[in-house]
Amino acid sequence: MTGPRASDGARSGSADLHLVEGESGSPALLTRNPRVLMAHGGGGRLTQQLIEEMFVPAFANEHLAELHDGAVLSFDGTRIAISTDSFVVTPLFFPGGDIGDLAVNGTVNDLAMCGAVPRYLTLGLILEEGLSTETLWRVVRSIEQAARRASVSVVTGDTKVVEHGHEPGLYINTAGIGVVPEGVDVAPRRASPGDAVIVNGAIAVHGTAVMSVREGLDFETSLESDTAPLAELVAVLLSKLGSSVHVLRDPTRGGVATALNEIASSARVGIEVDERSVPVWPEVRGACEILGLDPLYVANEGKVLAIVAGDVVDAALEVIRQDPLGREAMVIGRIVDEHPGRVLLRSAVGGRRMLDLLSGEQLPRIC
Amino acid sequence: MTFRDADLVSNVVAALDKAVEPGFPYRLMHVCGSHEHTISRWGLRSLLPEGLEVIAGPGCPVCVCPPHEVGEAIELARRGAIVATFGDMLNLPTNFGSLAEANASGGDVRVVYSPLDAVALAARNPEREVVLFAVGFETTAAPVATALGSANLPDNFSVLVSHRSTPPAMELLLGIGDICVDGFIAPGHVSAITGAEAWQRFPDAYAMPVVVAGFEPEDVLLAMLLLVEQINRGEATLENEYSRVVPKLMSSPAVAAIDAVFEVSSAWWRGIGRIPRSGLALRRELGSRDARERFDVHFEAEQNDLPPGCSCHLVMLGKVHPPACALYGRKCTPSSPHGPCMVSQEGTCFIWYTYESEELPATTQGDAS
Repeated sequence: MTGPRASDGARSGSADLHLVEGESGSPALLTRNPRVLMAHGGGGRLTQQLIEEMFVPAFANEHLAELHDGAVLSFDGTRIAISTDSFVVTPLFFPGGDIGDLAVNGTVNDLAMCGAVPRYLTLGLILEEGLSTETLWRVVRSIEQAARRASVSVVTGDTKVVEHGHEPGLYINTAGIGVVPEGVDVAPRRASPGDAVIVNGAIAVHGTAVMSVREGLDFETSLESDTAPLAELVAVLLSKLGSSVHVLRDPTRGGVATALNEIASSARVGIEVDERSVPVWPEVRGACEILGLDPLYVANEGKVLAIVAGDVVDAALEVIRQDPLGREAMVIGRIVDEHPGRVLLRSAVGGRRMLDLLSGEQLPRIC
Repeated sequence: MTFRDADLVSNVVAALDKAVEPGFPYRLMHVCGSHEHTISRWGLRSLLPEGLEVIAGPGCPVCVCPPHEVGEAIELARRGAIVATFGDMLNLPTNFGSLAEANASGGDVRVVYSPLDAVALAARNPEREVVLFAVGFETTAAPVATALGSANLPDNFSVLVSHRSTPPAMELLLGIGDICVDGFIAPGHVSAITGAEAWQRFPDAYAMPVVVAGFEPEDVLLAMLLLVEQINRGEATLENEYSRVVPKLMSSPAVAAIDAVFEVSSAWWRGIGRIPRSGLALRRELGSRDARERFDVHFEAEQNDLPPGCSCHLVMLGKVHPPACALYGRKCTPSSPHGPCMVSQEGTCFIWYTYESEELPATTQGDAS
């Protein structure tokens, strides 16, 4: 088979007619998707299109162009990382966590992935009319505890109330800032051939735990979300290995596969993943099997992908495994010269195939 | 026994290497999206010996669901019913729009994981009409039949039926003449419900080897090995590789459950046309549960039900692999699909776009057209 894909602009994001501006100068996306779909928030290809066709051109600047989870800005020699994230999880409380600690850990981890030590958070709450104040109090206490665990302070905030839809809900936005220590240089573009990809533990736990309690899914497991602040693990890793740590990424929405694709695409390198070495608990694997999900695309909240220079792999593994959040750390892949921009997987049975961005929401299959 | 075992797989692959006679093409067809998923997801094509090709046939219920039936579901959502359906149906593009768009425009379309979830939805929303848009082969027809037979079925529950049966489409395909298939891999889960009779006619009437297979990578490779051996011996029989689930190829109680609720009908397959005896319709006495009767929604089939340039009909019949379509990967991608095979997770184009890559060793033995 010769590859029609070789000229496939939709993958490379450059030549395809669908990715260029429409006739009126507005994004082609407006005609392709006249309305926002759930998949636009799924972290996969539609999310990427929204970012590339609307936000990047609209706000074009060098920091945004990095397309990282946060931006690193310099002030008189001090490097500050800034990041923001919104949280709309259903249900609000799930095994192992709730929307409150998720909102803290999510932003704390985004800052840590910039190589920063997280310091301060803002808290924006959007509440729906009728929400029980008891629920709100539970969430607030959970935010307080998570902030304490991550050594960050909530220093300013905002509250709005809106009319409710199906049942009264609660949405949170947090923004955070942290300080990047000297000598740290973490960015997706630093992934280079010869580097190794390390994950700090078993993947797909959070997404599976939340999915198992979601309404309409009559399915229970004893799984608990892995939500946790990764700042400490990252700080120790950076203090020991400095600039040999090339990329850090928390594989949240869209999972490990999406994060690796984003890195491959921004660094213009190939990534090869060995499925056999990706840690997945049997219970998670079973649940994903039943739900028709691939663990590599399922969300994590306490996992980090660390891409480190090939000569420090063993040292990095040792450091990560000493952290309570890193005991099951594994090398799951490597950066290669071949197929720049693409991620390939050697499957558990030895066959090779592509590990691409998810094209929509992950949905259970019919047959 | 452990599946997804690299050693076991390499043993079967070695046996295939030995069995495949050089210079002699073997073209095997499966008729199930889940088989294509197994083949692509585990990278099995990269392991097959030269000369052995595995082709996807008509095995995607979402892909063959005709636009006018999606239009009926959208119309019901527009009229205020809660439309419950399986996730894959949401993004199917038609001239009527898609169910996802209907949802975004204020309709109430919900994804359910089982027909019983739709019944529960009806019980929870007694003031609303709840319509289950039931798409799929026998594997989903059976639970839909069970749901319709459940005690205390809420009055506000009805079904928009779009069920299909694969064997009639396979027979149609063999009758087309220019499609060269040397053996069929039959879907194990369908066989668990229908029994062997559905497949027996292929060795009997068409001298076509058939192996019923499960969905682990080992299952599919072993089925290929059994088919290659049959072809080498010049035999055509029905074999069962999936004996751990389908111990004997015989009818299960699910057949009776399906028969109690459905009757065989002719049905429209998108891109292919009307195929006799290939559909299931609700029996007349269940008329009040039939959303088409209940709400008097009857859309006519459209003759041209694929967008211009789309080769989904050829892909579904196994005449070409997806990259042979001029739209594939260019105008037609999963995020901007033109044809139905690029929408469904069981669609051959979607699966190929997701997993197959030109960076891999040759994945087919040349152009299939």
